[in-house]
Amino acid sequence: MAVTIAKEKWTSKVGEMVLGADSTVKVGGESALPFLHFEGEIPNKPVLALEVWDLEPVDWPEILKKPFADVLADPVAWAKKNVEYGADLVALRLMSAHPDYKNATPEECAATAKAVADAVDVPLIVIGCGVEEKDADLFEKVGEALNGKNCLIGCATEKNYKTITAAAMVNGHSVIASSPLDINLAKQLNILMTEMNLPANRIAIDPLVGALGYGIEYAYSIMERARMGALMGDKMLAMPVICFVGQEAWKAKEAKSPDDENPEWGAQERRAILWEVITATTFAQAGGSIFVLRHPETVKQVKVQLDKMMESNAY
Amino acid sequence: MGLTGLEIFKQLPKTNCKDCGQPTCLAFAMQLASGKASLDQCPHVSDAAKEALDSASAPPVALVKVGKGAKEVALGNETVLFRHDKRFEHPTGIAISVSDTDSDIPAKVAEINKLVFDRVGQIHSVNLVAVANASGDAAKFAEAAKAVQDNTEFPLVLISEDPAAMEKALEVAGDNNPLICGANASNLEAMVELAKKYDAPVVIKGADLNELADLVQKAGYKKLFLDSGAREVNKVLADQTQIRRQALKKFRPFGYPTITFADNPDPIQAVVDAGVYIAKYAGIVVLNTADPADVLPLITLRLNIYTDPQKPIAVESKLYEVGNPGPNAPVFVTTNFSLTYFCVQGDIEAGRIDAYILPVDTDGISVLTGWAAGKFTPEKITEMVNETGIADKVSHKKLIIPGGVAVLSGKLQELSGWEVLVGPRESAGIPSFIKQRWNA
Ligand code: B12
Ligand code: SF4
Repeated sequence: MAVTIAKEKWTSKVGEMVLGADSTVKVGGESALPFLHFEGEIPNKPVLALEVWDLEPVDWPEILKKPFADVLADPVAWAKKNVEYGADLVALRLMSAHPDYKNATPEECAATAKAVADAVDVPLIVIGCGVEEKDADLFEKVGEALNGKNCLIGCATEKNYKTITAAAMVNGHSVIASSPLDINLAKQLNILMTEMNLPANRIAIDPLVGALGYGIEYAYSIMERARMGALMGDKMLAMPVICFVGQEAWKAKEAKSPDDENPEWGAQERRAILWEVITATTFAQAGGSIFVLRHPETVKQVKVQLDKMMESNAY
Repeated sequence: MGLTGLEIFKQLPKTNCKDCGQPTCLAFAMQLASGKASLDQCPHVSDAAKEALDSASAPPVALVKVGKGAKEVALGNETVLFRHDKRFEHPTGIAISVSDTDSDIPAKVAEINKLVFDRVGQIHSVNLVAVANASGDAAKFAEAAKAVQDNTEFPLVLISEDPAAMEKALEVAGDNNPLICGANASNLEAMVELAKKYDAPVVIKGADLNELADLVQKAGYKKLFLDSGAREVNKVLADQTQIRRQALKKFRPFGYPTITFADNPDPIQAVVDAGVYIAKYAGIVVLNTADPADVLPLITLRLNIYTDPQKPIAVESKLYEVGNPGPNAPVFVTTNFSLTYFCVQGDIEAGRIDAYILPVDTDGISVLTGWAAGKFTPEKITEMVNETGIADKVSHKKLIIPGGVAVLSGKLQELSGWEVLVGPRESAGIPSFIKQRWNA
């Protein structure tokens, strides 16, 4: 008995974003739900970035610092190491700009960003320190220093999107638009940014995901709804989604707790890496396209999984 | 379920004989549709019509049970493709497998029995033990089934495609409603006979979706689990999606829960594949690992995917004690989102601190979400401090608030008259914070 395969007839697709000056990375472009090759095109594999900080991270557990032991104080060397570890992109976090840390100036940050960008041949994601006013100042300078490198910069919020969007438009970058776990807020911010004439395919949605065990289900459902919106023709939801998985997964108690604290949880290293891997692969099933990760082993494992998922399952 | 009065009416005798107590067949049909009458009240309805109505009114995915007693698992009864439409009902059953070639089965089963985790105040565990007939030997398989059964309360999944071996294993384990795994094109009749004999559920495996649909129709039995035969994660994803979609469209052969096997030879990828199956509709997932580091992430994922998207899990907003708090014990303020509360409670316990916790009623949302939504405010905290009478229990007047909402401290101090200490951002920092900062 032949089963009639049930296919949804989607009318639209996710926009395609191109990053990087020479070696380019493409994301988005799907006309199907995640990895359902039997009902549409999935032209690009989701991409993986590893984080680099411009100062030595304070609250990273030992097992996370270990793979970077000799480069934690040197963002350029760290970035190169990330490329060796197989990252498709380098995600530079300008934490030194944070008033609680070094309160570094936009000029200092711009110099670091330029040095990192010149040292690696993969595209760059550049993330501010998270203080909205400071990030606005930061990207005026950082955006300019990276002119023509076609980076992904952010995170732009409801409060600072104007400055960051302008800096991106002048210097040819794309922007991460962050809004807290709400499909209408995400859409609203995308509308505001496109109204400034930033092309829609130069925006990535950051839904402020939570980790496995810490709110993953909310982001999962928001992302599924956004993808369906995109496939049904809502252009203001048709952006690739970026997930800051590393920062969330490595906050979880299950990732930080050492072997002897909760012996019934198994060995920390395996548990922690799986925490990050499964947070990422679960979001991939909901429509995530860009994953910002922290552990090199996570990159390796998520890549193996995504390679498999990109093989056709058409009937 | 979902049948209109008119659809039901078409199947009734249409004689308006009133034996059902209703004036007309149509009136009876309307009562049926609204669930106010049951079909057996009409003595004249034909068997064919009964069958048609039963199957049309059955849920899109049948509810099928495995095991007996307290650890029985029920799978199926799902009604949606996406959890934002309506909650997923029956969390994926996690089965851990042992092989009849394993040297020390009781020890392995003991490892599986230990896979129990406390999360947000609830106990979560794996659900089944699968026994695989890797030896190909019937007597060995039966022996292994017995060894497993004697050492665990979890229901069994018996994995063998050899009816003779299955028969032997069922002689020892058949009375406890194990899952027979299973039937395929070459042994269908014999396996289904065994299932009927023990009134137990059986897995039907097809070489692909088409064969699966055929076999289900041939089986003539309704306690089924479906296996499309796919083993590569990308193909399993497609088949799981098809089976759920078809079931919701009332394609009857696929109206049963599924079983999936995370048997990727790469042990990490096997866990990752299992995560995909949990998110994507698996009724049961069979794992070959009993390492808690592998199982904890999967149990957590299952809990997350199967929570009700409409209601966060909350704890009652009242004064809680950890350990034996005395008059000098610190007082921690948090919210009544269970994840938040249990993070805080767990870390206080881990630091062996005797303390009071005040979880403010934020409608079950987290600290920052509660603050952003105006539900975790100095007013509400003050109200709770006053209403719980905590002032009578402690000799100091100090409240510790989460570091993430340091901005509340001024106003809170003013309204409550209590001194406010800003704690760490993460509850994990509480033990060292208390060591350094607490004196009362
Ligand atoms: C899941 C989530 C939601 C869910 C709510 C789930 C829930 N039941 O709470 C939903 C989707 C509903 C939601 C909605 C909103 N959210 Co929200 N949400 C999140 C998210 C992703 C995770 C929150 C969470 O569950 N954390 C886990 C719990 C355990 O953390 P916690 O409660 O803070 O507890 C920790 C610490 O605070 C500390 N702690 C707790 N208590 C105590 C006590 C003491 C004494 C100490 C020392 C420490 C301590 O220890 C805990 C463990 O480390 C965060 C972003 C993020 N990644 O963190 C945003 C976030 C909290 N949301 C945010 C916002 C703005 C909102 C909305 C207002 C958005 C909107 N406009 O719709 C709404 C408001 C909801 C409403 N109107 O009811 C913002 C808050 C920004 C801010 N700083 O003000 C965040 C931070 C996202 C962001 N970066 O912008 N959200
Ligand atoms: S008993 Fe049956 S046949 Fe008679 S009126 Fe009722 S529904 Fe119709």
